[in-house]
Amino acid sequence: MSFDIFLQHLTNGISLGSLYALIAIGYTMVYGILRLINFAHGDIFMMATYFAFYGVITFGVPWYIVFPIVILLTASLGMTLEVAAYRPLRNAPKISIMISAIGASFLLENLAIVIFGGVNKAFPTPEVFTGVVQLGPVSLQKLTFYIPIITVIFLVALLYLINHTKTGMAMRAVSKDHETAGVMGIDVNKTISITFGIGSALAAIGALMWGLKFPQIYPLMGVMPGLKCFIAAVIGGIGNIKGAVLGGFILGVGEIMLVAFLPSDYTGYRDAFAFILLIVVLLFRPTGIMGEKISEKV
Amino acid sequence: MKRRNLILNGSLVLFILIFLFSADNFFDDYPLRLINLCAIYIILGLSMNLVNGFTGLFSLGQAGFMAVGAYTTALLTMSKATKEATFFMAPLIWPLNSIEIPFYFALIIGGILAAFVAFLIGAPVLRLKGDYLGIATLGFAEIIRIVIVNTQTVTNGALGLKGIPNDANIWWNFGIAALTVAAIVSLINSSFGRALKAIREDEIAAESMGINLFKHKTLSFILGAFFAGIGGGLLAILQGTIAPDMFNFILTFNILLIIVLGGMGSVSGTIISAVAITLGTEYLAVIDKPIDFGFFETPGIPGMRMVVISAILMAVVLFYRHGLMGTKELNWDMLIQKFSRRPLKKGGIES
Repeated sequence: MSFDIFLQHLTNGISLGSLYALIAIGYTMVYGILRLINFAHGDIFMMATYFAFYGVITFGVPWYIVFPIVILLTASLGMTLEVAAYRPLRNAPKISIMISAIGASFLLENLAIVIFGGVNKAFPTPEVFTGVVQLGPVSLQKLTFYIPIITVIFLVALLYLINHTKTGMAMRAVSKDHETAGVMGIDVNKTISITFGIGSALAAIGALMWGLKFPQIYPLMGVMPGLKCFIAAVIGGIGNIKGAVLGGFILGVGEIMLVAFLPSDYTGYRDAFAFILLIVVLLFRPTGIMGEKISEKV
Repeated sequence: MKRRNLILNGSLVLFILIFLFSADNFFDDYPLRLINLCAIYIILGLSMNLVNGFTGLFSLGQAGFMAVGAYTTALLTMSKATKEATFFMAPLIWPLNSIEIPFYFALIIGGILAAFVAFLIGAPVLRLKGDYLGIATLGFAEIIRIVIVNTQTVTNGALGLKGIPNDANIWWNFGIAALTVAAIVSLINSSFGRALKAIREDEIAAESMGINLFKHKTLSFILGAFFAGIGGGLLAILQGTIAPDMFNFILTFNILLIIVLGGMGSVSGTIISAVAITLGTEYLAVIDKPIDFGFFETPGIPGMRMVVISAILMAVVLFYRHGLMGTKELNWDMLIQKFSRRPLKKGGIES
């Protein structure tokens, strides 16, 4: 294994990792504010790819118009989901909310099977994103190169939004304590809605790039990425955005390296890697790498 | 009152026995299969309810334990010739290829093996709580499935196993279901069961009352896995073929639907909803096909059934959170109270 090949795998890993990171942020933001695993997040991701498919292929609209619309549509889908499936259960026991989340996830998947059909569809890949770049010894698909850059741009924007704007301040306040935040004059429901919107928009961005990278879309495509990105969020410390990004990169790079360096007999275990990593991390640091310690109050 | 309930219970048992007898003798294959499936889902629902409903652990590993039970049962009961024919990609490893034992032993071994896996998993995972526990158990179920896909020489990989002898008739299925009900009911009414309920209500309070949290949680988890393994084994026997893809998250979801609909923490609720959901999902297949009303024909939409089922689950959780029974049990007093016109309960206290 020469250094060049190692570098090649590393860049592929970083590229996959930044996709994981984008989706993981959605999980972590929702968990941070509602203490809820949004099981339907992976399916929102799936819906975004279908929106783009129908926009570009069926209606023949150019991709640079479709993609922003897809992001808006997906964000509103996420907000609708919150209003319909999670808001009525705000004061219900946790287990009910989780079951509602699982139900929402299955509803979206099955609706997609009924509406879009169970057959794989080919995601449109505009020419701008195809082709190969040569970076020293490493030759890359253009997209592999673009993905981390786009991710970083949105990440910086998100961190700015959360740390330096009033909306971000409201989100941080609500994530600490709903009631107190409400007393201080923050519209809790609106803030939660915005959180879902932002998380879903990031999932849509991830989904568009995912579709360009792996141009096969099908109704259950969100399940595995969804689970893995949730795992990435937990590994990094759920509720912590930087942690989610870190977890995404660990998972992406780890997975690519595992497949590259392990004998081919074991590559079937690729999907198990994420779960094993999750369990190991949970055992030694139950709140993830960058998570804060929570002590339980009586 | 007691005498009346005894008579009613006796006649209910008699009615069920007569029904099973006539089903066994006069029913076609398809309805008979469905009735057997009901019994299996009762076992599976109860095993998941023990962990999720009575102990309050959010475990999503049901499908994994079922897979362990199903594969063990299948591998131990298949005949030598069937095994040779099934494992054409790579031969089955040594001790398994020559073993053939009666299915009831195989079921017990499958259950014990599933319980053993639960013991191994439980020790680390049960330190987690709530959603973390859910994800970790889901992860383990997924790992079990991936291991099954990748161990060609033991499980025949993604091809699955065919030709599992169908020895368990309706009496076996319902006998085991009845045993499971009896076991779970006596368990939850024992001091052990009360400790589990205490853990469900409040872990910290339970611990300060001297309940060993870890021991009780692990035992409940292991027992749940044992019954899940037996249910999985019976499912393998009933279907005759199994494949790793069968044991995915959708299977766990179906059983979750049963216990949510029946009420988390109610044995009778689980039994009723297991039967209702098993029959319901089969008969809902109607809406996947075109329906002809004479003057108007609805187009058949394949997959519509699953949409309806997930919508039902969401509706139950959103509007009817406690399910059919909540944590209560069905009894005759309640039923008679409901259907008689007298507004007062026995003793004259307003209900």
